[in-house]
Amino acid sequence: MKEHDYKKVGLKAGLEIHQQLNTTSKLFCSSPTELRDTKDASYEFYRYLRPSKSEMGEIDRAAIEEGIGTRRFTYKAYESTCLVENDDEPPLEMNLEALKIALQIALLLQMQPFEQAHTMRKLVIDGSNTSGFQRTALLAAGGYISLSSGSVQIDTLSIEEEAAQIVDKDVYSIDRLGIPLVEIGTAPDVATPKMARELALAIGTILRACKVKRGIGTIRQDINISIAGGARVEIKGVQALDLIENIVRLEVTRQLSLLKIRDELQERGAGVGKPVEVSSIFAHTASNVLEKKHVWGLLLRCFAGLVGKDIQPGRRLGSEFADHAKKRGVTGIFHTDELPRYGITSRETEALLRFLKAEESDAVVILADENVKKCVEAMYAVMDRAKAATEGVPEETRRALSNGCSEYMRPLPGAARLYPETDVSPIAVPTALIDRIKAHLPERLDDRMHRYRQEFLLNEELARQIAWSENSQLFEQVMRLWAGPDGSYGRDEVKDAATFVVRTLEGTIAELKRDDVPVDRLTRESILDVFRLVNFKTISKEGVPEILRSLAECPTKAASDVAAELGFVMLSKPELQAIVDDVVQSRLEFVKAKGVSAVGPLMGVVMKQVRGKADGKLVNEVLRAKIGSVLQ
Amino acid sequence: MGDIGHGDRVKVVKDKKEFFGALMPSVTDFVVIKLDSGYNVGFAPEGVTMTLVEKGASLAEKRLPRPVRPELPRLNIISTGGTIASKIDYRTGAVTSQFDADDIIDAIPSLAEIANIDGTLLFNILSENMRPESWSELAQCVYNEVRAGADGVLVTHGTDTLGYSAAALSFMLQVPVPVVLVGSQRSADRPSSDNVVNAICAAVAATSDLAGVFVVMHEDASDDTCLVHQGTRTKKMHTSRRDAFRSVNASPIARVSYQERSLRFLCDHTDRGGCELSVRPQIEPKCALVKFFPGASPAIVDYYVAQGYRGLVIEGTGLGHVASDWISHVKKAADVMPVVMTSQCVYGRVCDRVYDTGRDLLSAGAIEGDDMLSETALVKLMWVLGQTSDRFEIARLLKTDVAGEISADATRTRSTFEELP
Repeated sequence: MKEHDYKKVGLKAGLEIHQQLNTTSKLFCSSPTELRDTKDASYEFYRYLRPSKSEMGEIDRAAIEEGIGTRRFTYKAYESTCLVENDDEPPLEMNLEALKIALQIALLLQMQPFEQAHTMRKLVIDGSNTSGFQRTALLAAGGYISLSSGSVQIDTLSIEEEAAQIVDKDVYSIDRLGIPLVEIGTAPDVATPKMARELALAIGTILRACKVKRGIGTIRQDINISIAGGARVEIKGVQALDLIENIVRLEVTRQLSLLKIRDELQERGAGVGKPVEVSSIFAHTASNVLEKKHVWGLLLRCFAGLVGKDIQPGRRLGSEFADHAKKRGVTGIFHTDELPRYGITSRETEALLRFLKAEESDAVVILADENVKKCVEAMYAVMDRAKAATEGVPEETRRALSNGCSEYMRPLPGAARLYPETDVSPIAVPTALIDRIKAHLPERLDDRMHRYRQEFLLNEELARQIAWSENSQLFEQVMRLWAGPDGSYGRDEVKDAATFVVRTLEGTIAELKRDDVPVDRLTRESILDVFRLVNFKTISKEGVPEILRSLAECPTKAASDVAAELGFVMLSKPELQAIVDDVVQSRLEFVKAKGVSAVGPLMGVVMKQVRGKADGKLVNEVLRAKIGSVLQ
Repeated sequence: MGDIGHGDRVKVVKDKKEFFGALMPSVTDFVVIKLDSGYNVGFAPEGVTMTLVEKGASLAEKRLPRPVRPELPRLNIISTGGTIASKIDYRTGAVTSQFDADDIIDAIPSLAEIANIDGTLLFNILSENMRPESWSELAQCVYNEVRAGADGVLVTHGTDTLGYSAAALSFMLQVPVPVVLVGSQRSADRPSSDNVVNAICAAVAATSDLAGVFVVMHEDASDDTCLVHQGTRTKKMHTSRRDAFRSVNASPIARVSYQERSLRFLCDHTDRGGCELSVRPQIEPKCALVKFFPGASPAIVDYYVAQGYRGLVIEGTGLGHVASDWISHVKKAADVMPVVMTSQCVYGRVCDRVYDTGRDLLSAGAIEGDDMLSETALVKLMWVLGQTSDRFEIARLLKTDVAGEISADATRTRSTFEELP
């Protein structure tokens, strides 16, 4: 794909990053923050939501579009679900563990915390919150982060409740609802797609230094994008870092295309008609997308050829129309740029054009549904979107698609969606608290990597890998085994051990997982036990993968028992000497003929017998000594 | 800070940093502003300078026009306050009732699909501030509305003492149309509030074929159905859940489907038009409800006697018991006022003929409250004392089912051979 000249198009982008915090309990109740399998839901209940007015007396436009009191939502609840999560009890005060982590993140981003935080209700009536709002508090403002491509202002950091997980249309699971998360909003300082990715990575690195949740879905990026003459568009739900560049690039493509279409429409003097019922034309249709349905049409004066025009790979202006129609519950739209098709005949198409008095330069959109009210509402939505096309790019919230494109979601929310959560008192954030948190900020991951290089003599790649990993604490705990009194472990020994531990934690366990070994059942303690056996030289390093595999399969067993069962317990030096004696005695002729160079071939013979039970270095040493004595 | 008021756009400078937003009421001494993003934040007052940028709109409510459907039944909504009609008081930060009846109709426009609505703002108080005199006033108001032609009456009420008011209206009113008390457990300022479902279901009940005084509230955690409870049998059994209200010692009268706007009877009931309209609002508020507990001092009984109280309900243990050292005190009280025994078990009937202390209470002059709720027994006692001062008539009324508060078979044990047909 050809790269845009981002400076010329006036790209301005900013990120909004949502990161779940790894606290024991939720932000406003004592329920655990573990995710559940919806199969384990113990009951469900059903609710309707209606938008409420802000304290300024306004209703948020985005909330209105989500529908007013007509959608019946199903909530799946678990035995751990509490009444606060069901919105059947007022919230507890804010979780202070979460507040502390959020303030740490704010300070690492050089932000200034507010002296008093106010918990607000952010209206969200798509069903993802049982209460109809998300509790959120703005904690800090005015930070920055330095990147190789420039510095980016960090405008806001708020702490808020995670929404419930959607499982099906209008069905939500309550397990995720209320997990604390921070929302970090940057200024629109990003000038290129590459810079957007770099920014996300840099913020992600800071987040991972703190107590945050890891894994898919625990961090999400929303991207705000605009170009000169275009409009601010928020693209939500970007879960993969690698998608960011593509999203930015393709949104620029979309806005440029929409601007081009606008220019063309204005030049042609285009206009948009009113929705008209056209069911009679299709009364005897053979098309299964229209038969037995109400069909409504809309004349788009001078739109011919433009409705079917690509604006993103695989998406046309018509796709934007369809997004708005689908939002009102119809399955999609058809337009004359693509007809006849879908069983709609050319005769029917011509009749449609005639009926609406369409000329060659015009286009017609139709849509169908059993419910006439849905048809009308959907067509009006298409009409509004078509009118917007004559004016340029509409401001809106869009949903990221996996190929980097996006689809319409809802209007941009305004300030009216926030009003005070009066069940929670304002929280004073005194300077003394900030100073205390400042004095104990988590180690930055770059610093941690350098420390690992120095302390454990790891190479840069391995040091970075383990410093960024959620296993870094476990790694440090294991490496304490190799600390001992000064000098009890040589530098090489520490380096070998550290390298081995990193490879096991980051490599072996992942490989076992790929083989469908249930490694999630390995406890911190059992992993530590295995390394203790290595540290005591009770087992050799070669045995570790097999022992971990067995431990994962039978988590109740002790590591030492598993090692013994698998025969990975190390031979004592006399035991090893006896085996070496046997091998050398049975090959005396060979040894005498080859002299000292017999060590190489015989190493292989011995190792075959003692693999996993003896350290190669020791075998080499014993074999050398034996051959030496035979030759003498 | 001069003439800067709430809602005005201001500039706040603190530590050389500038913030713009609308000035908001604050519950602490912090300066609170609403930023353009909609977030509120607070600044410690030390070193804050604030300047007016421009005068803002007041924080007043914007009102929508009310639809009129004259072909539908006439329903009067009497508003007394409570969560169903509450919104946030941004000065104290707490939820209070500020809506009048028109606000309720504005807030729940679909009520207009069920009935042609008139609103009467009677009180604007939280239900814990209701007094027995308020019940009389409320009963009179309902009476006036029904006499003026209302086909049904909806009373919006705070949930805390909704059960008391429902019992009081049940005793005071004889009414040929449904009078439905309704509230909400979760405040009306949240999208998930139960106010809409409760109000709609209450309106369905209030325009149905019923006659009498009822309570309509959520049946369970879901928004699908509400139950219609007998006014004298309803108790709030949970502090916060939507389904806090239960019928005690009786079946709910009916179930209302929110989606279908339909009502299905669950047991016997009085049909619309089944009685004449009348009101007897007189009440004697000087009555008390005393809870007995292990070790409780009987001096409390003496206190009420000395203070000139006119009646007493004692909520005893189990079948309706108090400790033996209370008996002589109860006797002294019963000599000058009715003393009714109820049970803190909530469910079940009082029976003082099984154990010694029970028999002692009966000979001391206490009256068994049968299977009445303690709260209902108290309200009934106040009402009975408002109707008559004749000792025997008082005792007879207390033992007679006036408004569904006592199960019918309770009278059996009191029948004498002379009364048999």
